[in-house]
Amino acid sequence: MIPFDCITSRAAPMDEADIDTDIIFPARFLLHTERDGLGRFAFFDRRFAADGREREDFVLNREPWRQAGILVAGANFGCGSSREQAPWALASLGLRCIVAPSFGDIFQANCVANGVLPVALPAADWRHVLGLAHSACLIQVDLKNCTIAEVGGPHGEQIAFDIAPRQRLALLAGLDETGLILEQESAAIAAFEQRQRERMPWLFNAPPAHPI
Amino acid sequence: MTSRTLYDKLWDSHVITDFGDGTALLYVDRQLLHEVSSPAGFVGLRERGIAVRRPDAQLAVSDHAVPTRGRDAPIADLQARAQVALLERNAAEFGLRYLPLGDPRHGIVHVIGPEQGFTQPGMTLVCGDSHTSTHGAFGALAFGIGASECGCALATQSLRQSRASNLRVRVDGWLAKGVYAKDLILAIIGRLGASGAVGHAVEYAGEAVTRMSMAERMTMCNMSIEAGARVGLIAPDETTFAWLHGRPMAPAGGAWAEAVAHWRTLGSDVDAPFAREVRMDASTLAPQVTWGTSPDQCLPIDARVPDPAELRDSAQARRCERALSYMGLKPGTPLQDVSIDHVFIGSCTNSRIEDLRAAADILRGRRKADHVTAIVVPGSGLVKHQAEAEGLDRVFMAAGFEWREAGCSLCVAMNDDRLAPGVRCASTSNRNFEGRQGAGARTHLMSPASAAASAVAGRLADVRAIESA
Repeated sequence: MIPFDCITSRAAPMDEADIDTDIIFPARFLLHTERDGLGRFAFFDRRFAADGREREDFVLNREPWRQAGILVAGANFGCGSSREQAPWALASLGLRCIVAPSFGDIFQANCVANGVLPVALPAADWRHVLGLAHSACLIQVDLKNCTIAEVGGPHGEQIAFDIAPRQRLALLAGLDETGLILEQESAAIAAFEQRQRERMPWLFNAPPAHPI
Repeated sequence: MTSRTLYDKLWDSHVITDFGDGTALLYVDRQLLHEVSSPAGFVGLRERGIAVRRPDAQLAVSDHAVPTRGRDAPIADLQARAQVALLERNAAEFGLRYLPLGDPRHGIVHVIGPEQGFTQPGMTLVCGDSHTSTHGAFGALAFGIGASECGCALATQSLRQSRASNLRVRVDGWLAKGVYAKDLILAIIGRLGASGAVGHAVEYAGEAVTRMSMAERMTMCNMSIEAGARVGLIAPDETTFAWLHGRPMAPAGGAWAEAVAHWRTLGSDVDAPFAREVRMDASTLAPQVTWGTSPDQCLPIDARVPDPAELRDSAQARRCERALSYMGLKPGTPLQDVSIDHVFIGSCTNSRIEDLRAAADILRGRRKADHVTAIVVPGSGLVKHQAEAEGLDRVFMAAGFEWREAGCSLCVAMNDDRLAPGVRCASTSNRNFEGRQGAGARTHLMSPASAAASAVAGRLADVRAIESA
C-alpha cells in the first residue's frame, strides 16, 4: 500500500449527501477482475453522457478540479455496496483524500486499506473546507499532524481532524494489515482456534455442501 | 458478570486480541465467497505463497454475474464467463467448496448459506458483500467486508474490526393483512435514515420480530446496511432451531443438542444496555414503497410524491429535488398514479419460497398489465425446485411473468438482466440507487406482494385493495 503522509492539492467540491458506491463505481464494470486502472469507470454515469462525451456539469470534468487530489463530499459518502472497486477507482483517478461529514462504514475501511485518507469533519468545519474547495485554493491535508489548511491562507488557520489511531498509523506507514496479522498474531490465532474447536466443535470439519 | 447484548456476547466470544483502542482481532468462523469480491484475495494468497488457513470454513458460489436464463449453454458474456471461471479455478486450486451453476444447490450467497445450514447462530460469518447482514437473522455476527478483508480472512481466519454501538429496534404488535417484513424494514430505514445506524449493530426485537418466520427475519436483517449498519441481529429461538434442524451442514447427532444448548445462551440479557432504542408499532403500518434514490426515501403506498418546497431543511430539499428529477416524478402525484414498465421479484432480500408464495397468492387467477415486463428470479435452485413442486411457476407464467434461474439478476444488473434508461421498475430488491438496475433506470422498492399487485395494475399499487377484492 502507498503510504499517505501529506497532500497539497485543489479540492473538488461535491456537495451532495449519500453518494453511494454504485455512483462511484457502477456495477456493470465489476466484471473487470483486475484492480488497476479502474479510474476510467469512476463516477461513470455522472462523468459521461450517453454518447460518451464528458458532462460539463460534473466537477471533475471542470478546471481547475480536473486534477484534484482531494474530494469534499456530502454526508454518508460511500454508503451501500462493499465493492472495493470504489476506492480503487478513486485512487486511480488520483483522489487520495475524501473529506465528508460522514462515511459508509465498509467504504471507510476499504479506503484505509488502499492508502486513501477518509476525513470525517463536524458540520461547521466541513462547510469551511467545502468553501475552500469552491474557491479552488490549494489545500494541505497533513496526516502526521491531523490538520487541514489553506496553503498561504490567512493567519495560518488550521482545522484539526480526528482519525482512529490505528488507521492513521496504517496510512502513514502504508501498512499491509494481512501481512501484519500473519507476522504478529499467528500464535494467538492458533491458540484461539484450538479453544474454539473445543467450545464449538460443530463448527469444524463441516460436511461438504455437496459431494465433490 | 455484567449484562450483555447479543452483539456483545458474539463479539466477546470471538476476540483473539483486544487492542484496547476500540478494535480487536476477531476470529472468523465462516466465509462466503462470490466471484466479484474474491479475486484480489486469491491473488494475495499467491503473492505470499500461502494456503487458505481453513478451507473447511469457506463456501464459494457465483451469483452476481450469472445469467438467469439459457444456463445450458456457456455464459455468453465473455467477461462474466471469465469471472465465474476464475472463482471456479481459485476454489479448485485452494481446495474450497464450490457450488457450480448446474448444481441444484446453486444460488445467491445469502440464500444458500442459510439453506445449506452453513450459517448458524453464535458464529462470525463474513462475505465480500454488504448484504451479509442477512445472516444476523440467525443470531450470527455477520457483516460485509471489502476485497482486502476477504483476502485477510482467507489467509488468517481473522479480521481487525471496530466494536459497534448497540441499537435496538423494538417492534410491538403484528403486521396487518397485506403488510410484510419488507414494509416494516423499509419503514424502519425511513425512520433511522440512510446513515442513521452507521457504527451500530442493530438488534431487532419485540412481538413482531418474535412472530416472524426465518424468511421474514432474513428480509429484515438483510436491509440493515441500508440504514448504515453493517450488522443486523435477531436472537435465535425455537423458530431458528426448527428451521436449521436437519440442514446438510447443520450440526447433527449429539452435536445438535450441544449446539442448541449454546445457542440458547446468546440472546440479550433482560437488562442489557443499548446505546439507543427505537420503538415501532407494526400494527399501524401500511405497505411501503420508495419514491427516491435512497432506501430511506419511502412512504406508505397511499401517500403522494413529496414536495421539496415543503421541506424546511435546505439540504433535505435539494436531496429530494435531485431524487425526484432522477426518478422523473412530480411533487404531489399520488404514488398509485405512477405507471411502471417492469417488475422484478427476486434478490437476497426477497427470493425465498415464502416470498414467491406471497407474490403467487396475489397473481393466482390474475394477469400482469400488457405494458409491463415481469420476471421472477428464485434465490436458489432449491427454492426454484420447491416453487415448481407447489405449482408456483405455473401461477407466475399464467400471469405473464418469466420464470428464471437463480442469481442476483436485476438487483445488481451486472449480468444479462439490466434495464434501459428511463425504465421504471417495481422491485423487491434492496437498493433504489441511481443506476442500480441499469444506467438511468428507476427503481421502486416494495414487498413481493406489492410488486405482484403493481404488475397487475401496471402502476404502483396498494396490495390491500387487490387482496380484499
